[in-house]
Amino acid sequence: MKYEIVVELKKEVLDAEGRAICQNLSSAGYSNLKSVEVSKRFILNLDSGMEDAKQIAEKFLANPVSQTCTVRQLDH
Amino acid sequence: MVAKYQQLKIGMIQFPGSNCDWDLIDAYQRHFGITVQVIWHQETDLPKLDGLLIPGGFSFGDFLRSGCLAAHSNIMASVKTYAKKGGAILGICNGFQVLTESHLLPGALIQNDCGTFVCRGLSLSPCEGDSGYHKLISDKDSLSIPVAHADGRYVIFGDERKKLLDQGQVLFSYEDNPNGSVDSIAGVVSENGRIVGMMPHPERATDLLMGSSEDGRIILKAFLESCF
Repeated sequence: MKYEIVVELKKEVLDAEGRAICQNLSSAGYSNLKSVEVSKRFILNLDSGMEDAKQIAEKFLANPVSQTCTVRQLDH
Repeated sequence: MVAKYQQLKIGMIQFPGSNCDWDLIDAYQRHFGITVQVIWHQETDLPKLDGLLIPGGFSFGDFLRSGCLAAHSNIMASVKTYAKKGGAILGICNGFQVLTESHLLPGALIQNDCGTFVCRGLSLSPCEGDSGYHKLISDKDSLSIPVAHADGRYVIFGDERKKLLDQGQVLFSYEDNPNGSVDSIAGVVSENGRIVGMMPHPERATDLLMGSSEDGRIILKAFLESCF
């Protein structure tokens, strides 16, 4: 079973990488660009179920102090 | 050199990508006459120690998050047991990141708000608190110790932040915040005062010939004092 995990910074935490990309794109002519948010996507190929995927996401792939994560199953 | 320190058994965890390990070994040998015992991350048991160091560097290439993979390496289960028994630990830079990722210290360290690697000497203001570290730096108005990091922005929110501040767990703050850390926090102490994490590098400020101050020695000494 495959699971997709997306980890992103909490909204209240400044995304320095996203801001730098946004500034760069703006100066490259994309003047309509308002912001960029960077996240990380993981695909887990797991023999076990959603519970394990969530545990891996919440205990390892994301740090709850600064990040949030979403987990979803990709196939059946 | 003070004879009482030379009886201490000090260990240091080494990860692939640790790169301030030998600076720390040299500083303790040169200024305190201590031979630091190196412990490879794949070991499962810690030897009998009076104090444990976690050095700076880029353990596991900073993959996933700085300090995260190191926090899940073999030796860390023993480090957590050691910490629960009140063991003394000093984590510097990447070592601080390993300690927060291991939940041995509160908060997290993320990418500098400026988005760049920051490598320069700067000044730290000692904060108020009851730990032995606080007492040893309290007579200084300012400590001059360099930083070198990309992920040094210390973040902590809500009740955790309030608790950290109320309990006097901030060891020192940056006078000129280089990375966007919450409350300019540069180093913190655990609730029991035995575990310290700091982004600045005291081992790089132990000799004037290194172009820095000697203020780092005060921190290295404070760690030794916490080992008794």
